[in-house]
Amino acid sequence: MSNIMLKVDSLTKCFGDNTILNGISFDVKAGEVIVVVGPSGCGKSTLLRCINALEPIQGGSIVLEEDTINPPSKNLASLRQKVGMVFQSYDLFPHMTVLKNVMIAPMKVQKRKKEEVEAEALALLDRVGLKDKANSFPRELSGGQKQRVAIVRSLCMHPDLLLFDEVTAALDPEMVREVLDVMLDLAANGRTMIIVTHEMSFAKAIADRVLFLDGGSIVEQGPPEQFFDHPQTERAQRFLHTFEFTAVKAHPALAEE
Amino acid sequence: MPDLGLNVIFKGRNFIRLLGGLGVALKISLIAVLISIPLGILLGAVMTWKNPITKAILRIYLEIIRIMPQMVLLFIVFFGTTRALGWNLSGEVSAVIVFTLWGTAEMSDLVRGALISIPRHQYESSEALGLSRSQTYLYIIIPQAVRRLIPLSINLITRMIKTTSLILMIGVVEVLKVAQQIIEANRMSSPNAAFGVYLAVFLMYFLACWPISLLARYLEKKWR
Repeated sequence: MSNIMLKVDSLTKCFGDNTILNGISFDVKAGEVIVVVGPSGCGKSTLLRCINALEPIQGGSIVLEEDTINPPSKNLASLRQKVGMVFQSYDLFPHMTVLKNVMIAPMKVQKRKKEEVEAEALALLDRVGLKDKANSFPRELSGGQKQRVAIVRSLCMHPDLLLFDEVTAALDPEMVREVLDVMLDLAANGRTMIIVTHEMSFAKAIADRVLFLDGGSIVEQGPPEQFFDHPQTERAQRFLHTFEFTAVKAHPALAEE
Repeated sequence: MPDLGLNVIFKGRNFIRLLGGLGVALKISLIAVLISIPLGILLGAVMTWKNPITKAILRIYLEIIRIMPQMVLLFIVFFGTTRALGWNLSGEVSAVIVFTLWGTAEMSDLVRGALISIPRHQYESSEALGLSRSQTYLYIIIPQAVRRLIPLSINLITRMIKTTSLILMIGVVEVLKVAQQIIEANRMSSPNAAFGVYLAVFLMYFLACWPISLLARYLEKKWR
């Protein structure tokens, strides 16, 4: 299980003079679940976008299995088939039914047979509890249902690596759970995933390893128990502290009653 | 009951002549529509390019056509080119030219609007799934743009049909001109013919445009 699937080496990404990622290096083993956390604007989303070749990079390298990822490369389409990505915004295609949304890429990109793709799509939709929505349009679904369809749409391409970019950030709290449960299920099945999230207890439950990003660099990384319970760096401690609240009672007298 | 001059409509070949006039109006507008829709789609796509030169040229074209009343455009093309350039354009050809220039400009702006209204993450999630650039346009972007475009462009078509009522000013005998001729010819026998004949013209325009706008409303509902 220790074979390296993805190797990121001193990755640098700039927008103009603004350096977003400054020499990021890490490896992902097959079957590993990496959770990336950090304050907003630290480059988490950009990191995922670079791995999916949505952004050209200015330095370093990203190697997936044998292939180098950088947008100008010729074999982009085959690379993207190996990497599935789910975005924060609901990015289903509004003019297609749920089933068509899931089937378009396997049929048009991988040229697979319609019957075979449809059977798999329905099975996957069933797994996330949405088989009865196969012929609905995205506008008829809740936010949580849309994100589950988006995950199914990625899975149907049989990607080796799944990227999740704050997939629950735009959801109402009661819908977050249903999406996270699907992701936990994927992790239990040995999927290789890189997850950007703000759900700290979820991160703790799903991660094999946590990367803490700040200011475009990896400040700290380690197993989740260590990172969340005993963060080594001062910046990580400060970041985790923002998720804690101290009890404040306006009227202590009332609370005692 | 006052004499509404309705009898004049069906006197002799009057009704057939009115229909013939409507035919001329529809022919001119439909030729212009058939040319301006593909040209407008092309220019609209070009307008989404980042190139500042093409952008500026098309912007100027669009603004000139928009600001200029159609009547002035008709006069420039029909009278102006004859004097200045020695072209001998017929009224109908001039009308087709003006309506094509106008339709292309309006259509290109509608196309541009429809294309830029497709959110960026639609392109990105399509690319992230491995679809190529042309597949992204073919399966994801164009179908969505067309859905937004069709009701708007049908509205443009009805506006073009209605505006052909101006071309009698450059001597094209279309439905309104035929109506005037009929009214003039019957001034002695039916002095009230204006009401009945113009009513007939009104109904003819209505029957030509109404199905088109019904179609637009149907498509709008169907695609939301």
